[in-house]
Amino acid sequence: MVSLLDIIGPVMVGPSSSHTAGACRLGLLARCLVGGTPQRARLELHGSFARTGEGHGTDKALAGGLMGFRPDDERLREALDIAEREGLDYKFEKTTLAEDSHPNTVRLTLERGDRQATMTGSSLGAGRVLVTEIDGYPVEVTGNYHTIVLVAEDVKGSVARIATILSEHSINIATLRLTRKERGGDAFMVIEIDDLPGDEVREEIRGLPWVRWAFRLDKVSA
Amino acid sequence: MYKALGDAIRDAEAQKIPLSQLALETEARDQGRSVDSIRAALQRALDVMRSAVAQGMTGDLYSASGLVGGDAAKLRTGPDGPLAGTPFRDILARALAVQEVNAAMGVIVAAPTAGGAGVLPAVLTGLAAARNIDDEALVSALAVAGLIGAVIAERASLSGAEGGCQAETGAAAAMAAGAATEMLGGSPSQVGHATALAMQGTLGLVCDPLGGLVELPCVFRNATGSAIALTGIELAMAGVEFKIPVDEVIDVMGEIGRNMDVRYRETAGGGLAATPTGRRLAKERLVQIKTK
Repeated sequence: MVSLLDIIGPVMVGPSSSHTAGACRLGLLARCLVGGTPQRARLELHGSFARTGEGHGTDKALAGGLMGFRPDDERLREALDIAEREGLDYKFEKTTLAEDSHPNTVRLTLERGDRQATMTGSSLGAGRVLVTEIDGYPVEVTGNYHTIVLVAEDVKGSVARIATILSEHSINIATLRLTRKERGGDAFMVIEIDDLPGDEVREEIRGLPWVRWAFRLDKVSA
Repeated sequence: MYKALGDAIRDAEAQKIPLSQLALETEARDQGRSVDSIRAALQRALDVMRSAVAQGMTGDLYSASGLVGGDAAKLRTGPDGPLAGTPFRDILARALAVQEVNAAMGVIVAAPTAGGAGVLPAVLTGLAAARNIDDEALVSALAVAGLIGAVIAERASLSGAEGGCQAETGAAAAMAAGAATEMLGGSPSQVGHATALAMQGTLGLVCDPLGGLVELPCVFRNATGSAIALTGIELAMAGVEFKIPVDEVIDVMGEIGRNMDVRYRETAGGGLAATPTGRRLAKERLVQIKTK
């Protein structure tokens, strides 16, 4: 359903909702994977992101997002200078990802302390984004909700256990998708939630013996 | 939200309420939030629109490529044309101003998109300044614009890549025409005619920016889009009716967009982008991301 406020918005730094606001949101999502502003970032730009990126400030918007700037933050204009001052060592590369990749796609490889992560995401237009890969696992994360993504061994009752942990912390589940490649193989869960969970929730989920890894991606839509 | 503007006009007239009130009450029901909180969000959008106009009207702003900028200032201080001193010239200046802010990575409201972000602020704040219209009426006008935009999103498209510029500055002109018509005292059915009259004037408009950047001709399309919106408003307020119902005009915009060659949908493969000068300028000015 189209909302009136989606039409009169978002408030954003120009010039392009897909190349600037969307790129910023992808940076914001990616920083969640390493728990803050990364020290090193390799950004591989595909398609129109590579071709018209600088004219649209895509590089500034991605770096700004990695530092936690939101799409309406005027610091995006100077984000590359700020990154150099703040010790974010970034490197942009042009690449050609899979042929069916969306034209506005970026793959990020990030390091912060002992944490490392990779993420691939696309900017779909009007500032909407879709994360399609995290650490090699295919996902679909829109950033319209706070989201928990996790990979777990395919054990019975895993969904119930996770749902219980969230419920114990008064977190309401909006959507939950469970996928696995094969019976008994790794199960992949993407859980969109209404309330922002604290770090203790992630730690509790990570502490489950059958969970391989879990991330929290914070909502980036307006 | 409504999927047909005709249904909204019928309901507003039956209930004897303005379209803005109907739009706000519908949005409140859809989204489970209060009318006051929606009005507050629209007020914030209005504040950002106004500060973008102010920023673009007072400073010389240029895009990263240098392809656009400095033209709002010419309308403010340059030689008089036949429309000097009229709201029309002021509105053209405001439209350029917002788009120059956008191209220079300033803060704007994407309404409906960043590429078409100059039309609504120019037409609404320009007419409000000329007629001493208060913020409450401006916020209501933005609700009408949102209703019209939502119907266009539902029935056609609001993306240049999908529907050409008719779906961006064309949609913005239609939204501004309808919104201003209510703000100036027009009836719901006059809002519908103003919307249709503006949209018919942008049907078929292609999206052909140099190098694929939201710069040239986008900045100027916002000025011409504002002029088309003013035409719709003036005609509808005078009682002119457009014989094709507004929802059919919106549908045909979507149909034209779907049939538009991909060269004319934001790919820089046709139109002004593909002219000899367009290609040369894009090659000279299109700065690439520094890879190291």
